[in-house]
Amino acid sequence: MASNVTPVLEFKDVTVAFDANTAVDHISLTVRQGQSAVILGAAGSGKTTLLKSAIGLVRCDSGHIDLFGQDITVLDEHALYPLRAQVGILFQEGGVFDSLNIEDNVAYPLRNTIHLPEGEVPGRVLETLRFVELEHTLEKYPSELSGGMRRRVGIARAVVTEPRLCLYDSPTAGLDPITANTIMALLVKERDLKKTTTVMVTHRIQDGQILANFRYNPETGQLEPAAGSQKADLHTVFVVLRDGRLVFEGSEEELQSSSDPYISKFARR
Amino acid sequence: MLDFLKPPIQTFQDFFFLGGRTVANLPRRPHYGDDIAMQMDIIGVGSLPIVLLTGFFSGAVMALQMSRALAQYGASGQVGSIVAITLVRELGPVLTALLVAGRNGSGIASELGSMKVTEQIDAMRALGTDPLQKLVKPRLIATAVMLPLLTIIADFVGLIGGYLVAVPLLSLTTSSQYWNNAYRLLEYNDITQGLLKPFLFAIIIALVGCYYGLRTTGGTQGVGRATTQAVVVASIWIFVTTVLITRIFVNL
Repeated sequence: MASNVTPVLEFKDVTVAFDANTAVDHISLTVRQGQSAVILGAAGSGKTTLLKSAIGLVRCDSGHIDLFGQDITVLDEHALYPLRAQVGILFQEGGVFDSLNIEDNVAYPLRNTIHLPEGEVPGRVLETLRFVELEHTLEKYPSELSGGMRRRVGIARAVVTEPRLCLYDSPTAGLDPITANTIMALLVKERDLKKTTTVMVTHRIQDGQILANFRYNPETGQLEPAAGSQKADLHTVFVVLRDGRLVFEGSEEELQSSSDPYISKFARR
Repeated sequence: MLDFLKPPIQTFQDFFFLGGRTVANLPRRPHYGDDIAMQMDIIGVGSLPIVLLTGFFSGAVMALQMSRALAQYGASGQVGSIVAITLVRELGPVLTALLVAGRNGSGIASELGSMKVTEQIDAMRALGTDPLQKLVKPRLIATAVMLPLLTIIADFVGLIGGYLVAVPLLSLTTSSQYWNNAYRLLEYNDITQGLLKPFLFAIIIALVGCYYGLRTTGGTQGVGRATTQAVVVASIWIFVTTVLITRIFVNL
């Protein structure tokens, strides 16, 4: 991808440590407008910490993080809110509020983050829930839904404000293959319809491959394999973390041709 | 060498940091009135039955215990004043606070702890809501308002419990003498410490519950641990605080 495209998110030599454990160790990474980044790594390799540090949920001990061109490491919590309002995030555990029904969960960022006029909220919520095919669950509470459905509510809440950048933390973890594919199809649909810059953390190469090789066809409403220039347009970069360190950054082909035993574990299905 | 001191000092510092930020947030908008009202209902109305029962029986048992001791000195008529002073100064505030710590302090810690381990707190921050403002402030305000009120109710039903034992049951004194003694012996000093204590206990219960809830790690096991710690630590601080406050008021 052309290096003159504006970086949306830039990690500059970032280190995050919890007591004696270094979770993220001197990582530098740039995600540009329209790009998809797939961050792979074993459990405990620092993927989630890196993702959370991107919007200041976890503070870094050294280095700098630029979000939309602004250094967030010097901003306090309240100053971060306007920047976070332009980012949608799906948490690994869902992060859906137990005490609110699905409608209020999805409406939460509209009311509290972008302060949409109350009259426009129900329409926007319904439209987004239709996007994740959960429009029949408005009145239900998260505890009444299955794991996959809760994940879809999480996606709806992440994308309802039409953010410029979407961060997904292990969107398919703990789901059966069919539900996992449905979730990945939603992420591709969101990326292709809204042209959202996407950062996805996962330990499954299959998820990355869907993001790198498929595009959403609005006419058929289905995912279809991207070929030739279409594939190049998807601008997917793969990153592999090991014990908090970035050990690989490159294209899917480069990932698959790597001879490093740790990296090649992720490259093969 | 003094490394073993680091964790408790760190905990103490973090706790006061949380308390300081919450107090600084008090005048700041948004105020989340609905959350405050809901917490008042949970903490105040929800605790009422158990506070009524405990208050009543502590007054009754106090009158029973005192009946023998006072009879030895021929002072059975003073049972009203003994029950009133003991309840208003000490038993009412401390017993009510311990009940609320067990019932609501644990509830606060487990609710916030569950939210923490399921990333709901992170989600809240990501969606532009300050958890201190949305979760801690309403719980602090609700507890600080409701605990003194619950204590007043506990004191009153305790006096009724004492009355039922002293007058109809044991005939230690007359009805008018019981209430007269109870009323006459209470000074402003007693009322002040009887209301100041629950107010301070409320701050301890709410902040300790929130603190242990918000620092929960380690999944559901961590939630259990946080809940236990919140109740134990709040109970200890209630006892320490009551000694300190009583020491100050005794000298006044």
